[in-house]
Order: sequence, then C-alpha cells, then structure tokens
Amino acid sequence: MNRRTLMATAALGLGLVFGGSANAAGMDKVKACFVYVGPVGDGGWTYQHDQGRLALIEAFGDKVDASTFQENVPEGADAERVLTQMALSGCNIIFTTSFGYMDATNAVAAKFPDVKFEHATGYKRDTDNVSTYGARFYEGRAVIGTIAGRMTKSNKIGYIASFPIPEVIRGINSTFLHAKKVNPDVTISVVWAYTWFDPAKEADAAKALIEQGVDVIVQHTDSTAPLAEAAKTAGVVGFGQASDMAAYKPSPRVSSIIDNWAPYYLKRVGALLDGSYTQVDSWEGISAGEVEIGEITDAVPAEVKAEAEAVRDAIGAGTYHPFTGPINKQDGSAWLADGVTAPDGDLLGMNFYVEGIVGDIPQ
Amino acid sequence: MDFGGINPAVLVASLMVASVPIMLAAIGELVVEKAGVLNLGVEGMMIMGAICGFITAVQTGSPVLGFVGGALGAAALALVFAVLTQVLQANQVATGLALTLFGLGLSSLMGQGYVGIKPPLTGQVPFGPLADIPVLGRIFFSHDPMVYLSIAIIAAVWAVLKFSRMGLILRAVGENHDAAHALGYKVTRIRILAILFGGAMAGLGGAYLSLVRVPQWTDGITAGAGWIALAIVVFASWKPWRVLVGAYLFGGISVLQLNLQAAGARIPVEYLSMSPYLITILVLVIMSSGKGRASMSAPAALGQNFHAAR
Repeated sequence: MNRRTLMATAALGLGLVFGGSANAAGMDKVKACFVYVGPVGDGGWTYQHDQGRLALIEAFGDKVDASTFQENVPEGADAERVLTQMALSGCNIIFTTSFGYMDATNAVAAKFPDVKFEHATGYKRDTDNVSTYGARFYEGRAVIGTIAGRMTKSNKIGYIASFPIPEVIRGINSTFLHAKKVNPDVTISVVWAYTWFDPAKEADAAKALIEQGVDVIVQHTDSTAPLAEAAKTAGVVGFGQASDMAAYKPSPRVSSIIDNWAPYYLKRVGALLDGSYTQVDSWEGISAGEVEIGEITDAVPAEVKAEAEAVRDAIGAGTYHPFTGPINKQDGSAWLADGVTAPDGDLLGMNFYVEGIVGDIPQ
Repeated sequence: MDFGGINPAVLVASLMVASVPIMLAAIGELVVEKAGVLNLGVEGMMIMGAICGFITAVQTGSPVLGFVGGALGAAALALVFAVLTQVLQANQVATGLALTLFGLGLSSLMGQGYVGIKPPLTGQVPFGPLADIPVLGRIFFSHDPMVYLSIAIIAAVWAVLKFSRMGLILRAVGENHDAAHALGYKVTRIRILAILFGGAMAGLGGAYLSLVRVPQWTDGITAGAGWIALAIVVFASWKPWRVLVGAYLFGGISVLQLNLQAAGARIPVEYLSMSPYLITILVLVIMSSGKGRASMSAPAALGQNFHAAR
C-alpha cells in the first residue's frame, strides 16, 4: 500500500465515521449508488431504474452524487464484490435493483452498518439498514386487462408469462379478472416462456398465440420482440412492459405499464438528507406514481380509453382494489367474499389462478 | 385438419422458420469440424452476425446487404480465431470459449445506439398462386428467401463433401493432417478457409435472428442458440442432411411446446423442453456402441493443432 492509497483509505474511513454520525441529524450531501442486473440500454427493467437515478440528479443537484452505477452485475458472488466496493468508496445509500441480489445485499449490509441498502422486489431485511421496495404492478394489469377485454374480437387473450412466481401469477389473475369484467366471453391462454429475456423465444411464443387466434397479447417478459411479432399481423395489439416501448405506437402497442422508480428514489434519498430516514418495506402502486399507464393510443376507441382511465383513477384514488370479492379460486372454492379486498399476504404468496382461467400453473 | 387444437401445416411452417438460425450455424460448424478444427465460439460469431447484419441493414435500408454484412462481420471474428489457433497454435477449446465471451461483449458495445430501432422488412418469396395451395402452400411456399437458402446450403455442403475433390481434400485434412500435408495440401490454409466459412454461416444465422425472426436488436439476442448448433453437429454425427433433421427437431420441439401451451394442451412443459437433449444423448449412446460405432465418424484430427515442422 503506497502513501496515496493509504491516505485515501484514511480519508475514506473518516468520511464513513462522519457520514454515520451525521445520519441522525440529516446529511449535507448524499452519495447514492446503483447496481443493475442488465444493461441500461435494455429498454425495459434496468432502463427504468436508471431513469430513477437520473431523476435524483435532476431533483437534488449538488446535494446528491448519483453518478455511480454498475451495469450487468451477475446475481451471486460478483454482486457481493461490487457492493463491498461501492460501500468502501463512500456510497451512503445503495440501490440493488434485482431480486437475485437479496443475499448479497444482506451479507454486505451486515458489514457496513452506516451504509443504507435498498433492495428491489426482495423480502429479506436481516439488519436494520436494509429496506426493501417493490411496486404493485397488478394495479397496472387491471387497467390493461380492461383494455384487452374490450379490444379483443376473437375473445382470446394471450399472455406470455416468464416464471411461475407470485408476481407473475398476480399479473395474470388481475388481467383476466378485469378483461372478464368488461367481456364475459373472454378466455386467456398462458404460455410459460421460462425466461425474463429471450427475444427469439418471446417472438415464437407470440407467434404461437397469434396462430391460435389470439388478437391481444399481454407480456410479462422484458423484450419488445412480442410487439414486433404482433406488428406482422394486422389487428393484433399488445402492451409495453416495464417501459413505454413507444417505438411500437400507435399499434400494436396500444398502452403500457411503466415502472416509475423515481418517486421512491426521491423520497428515500430526500429522507436521508433531512434525517427522517427509517427502514421500510415499501409496496406502492398507481397512487404513489410508481406504476404508470403509458399513453393509450388512438387505436383504442374513445369510450374504452375513458373506461380504462376510470379504472386507473379509481385505483389511484384508493376507491377500488383490483382484487375485490367475490372472487373464487380456479377450483371453484371461495377466496374473497363479496366486497372483501385481498390482504397483501395473500397477494404476495399468490400461487393459484382465479376461477375461469383454464390450465395449470407449472410446479 | 386440427391435431390437439394445432394446425399441423402452421406448425411445420413455423418450425421451418424457427430452425433457420441454428441450422445455418450448425452447417457452418460442421464444415469447420470436418476440417479438423473445433470452434466453440459459434455463439459469439452468431451474435456478431446479428449486430453487424442489423447495423448494415439499418444503414443501407437493404435486408440483403444486411445478411452480407452479418456474414462478413462474423467471418471477421472467425478470422481472429483462425489466426490464434492456426498461425499462433493456441488451444482451440480455450480460444473458442474466449471468442464467445468476446463476441457477446463486442456486440453489446456496437449495439449501443441501435436499441429500439426497427430493421427494414424482409419479404416473402413471391410464389404467386402456389402459396394459395391448401396445406402445402402454407408449408412450402410462404417463407422468406433465407429459409430456402439455408436448405440449399445444406444440399450444397452435402454435395461438395461427398462428390467434389475439394470435399475430399477437406475431409483428408480433418482425418489426418500429417498425411494430407505429406500429399502436399496446405493444411493451415484449408483450415483457415473452413473457419471463415463457418463464421460466415454463423453470421447469417445471427443476422436471421435480428433481421427476420425477432426483428430488432437487443443485447444477448442469440440467448444460447450457438450452443444448440454445436450440439446439433454432434447429434448429426457430422452428416449434412442430419443437421437439417436435427435443426428441425430442436427448433420444432421448441415451437411445438409453445404451440401446445397456447392451444391449452395439458402436457407438462418441462418434458417437451428436455426431449431434444434426451434424444441427443440417446443417439450418442446408440451410435457409440458396438456396430454403430463406425458411423459415428467424428473427424479423427478434430481439435488437434497442426504444425508443419513436426
């Protein structure tokens, strides 16, 4: 260790000490760092997280240094190395933006009690400097489900699903319930692609669905390939996933679910600056601006657009919950009684289809 | 004409399209391995073909030039492999794996400005009234030119390897490079040319992904297709027409399982997904046991470096 690195380390140590002690009373300057699972240019998941980072720079200016991020960090041992490096380099708050970083985040957080860690879509908070955050995407699915039910002429909706986990099953159920509400004859075909990102396979899945007579495609995979496939057949529409996917406007992309992480990032970094920061388990939706519905294009009739916007606004105002009884499970047994809304625990562990969906969830 | 809710004509037509990338990459690799070189960098060359083809097509507005650009781009990457293994005598397995990693990274870098752009459309071959024949029209006369070109390439490779002097020399180099050298053939030059051909074919396959099948550019677009192509070469026991069968089998089962799901058939997805690999293992076991052994026919000098001084 030469003198320069020694001094840098000492300065860093001091910074950490003061950073920690200044915490309770707020901080003058916060360094926020980000770990991404994909490239910023993926046009979907990671792109949206990076938009949140840019919003921090925009909003706080000199008070926040949000220039540090790392792309394509594999989920696993590498993540731990990257996180340690970031914590050592003076980051005050680190956002880890993929489910697979859960263990690495908690392991590194235990070693750096003065650094705040924020883990997206996870549930483990081993030490009190780890918070978790997610978004209620099923609220957005309710809105596009409404559009899907109205737009389909063949009464067949296709759903390209990734993995059979509660998050995805919740989306399928929410889409189907709301499509059925406006169109009682509607059926949904689910294709499990077993991938978050494989453009060729996603395109094949879309093609298979279209050949089965599906004319509305909803996707829970990250690439724009299903929209590109839908564009080849007249009359087939789809929705943007995670980001707006505006390149496919006005059709086949008729609307989209947009992940907007900016409000959450602003809130958390703001809390760190003014000293009000506490550990949270955040799960916000349309009302907090974390889930947005992308522009509904002119390919959708005006009355359908108005209907979808009414659903969106009712969810946003808190007057309507997408899972409001009576709802039965697929096997006909009762889940929610009339007027009862689903408790978060049921939603977070959802492992069943609602009544009316044909097929089994792979185990 | 429906079978379990699936129209067989539509299924066959879409499996022919789905198989093109792996078929092209596999036939290229077959020629490389017939010349005695094991290039594990197919995945890297495919993705280079995908991005180079995409960039060329977007810049020129011509899908045909796009395919040419894809083939050239991947061949350029293959040239790196050729120089390292044939001239500098590097280990073929390690170099091939490195080529894949390098190709994935480089393509991601080159593709930075090309995310979210739509490439020019590749049209169908106009067969006119032929395309309207029921069933057969849908299967045989409703594709883009690359589907037919890929089958033509298989036929050409088969004919060249079996009937021409050039094919004989290529096989001699792959079976026993010392003997071929003693007969006066330029082993290194022949192998470099084979590697370039393999690269160009992998590039065509990659360009087909980004220009026709998906059509767009995203990082990691090949998603493992190159490895399947490598498996198909072994599955095909180094015979061109079996490459076609293997590609249709692998591509077909992937399409079939998605179609079965879309049609609501109650068959567990997992079994269908693993069946091509099960069949590969089965074929390998049968071929490598007893009487079938001779027909396994892996080139004898496969993976061995050649240096004229030895």
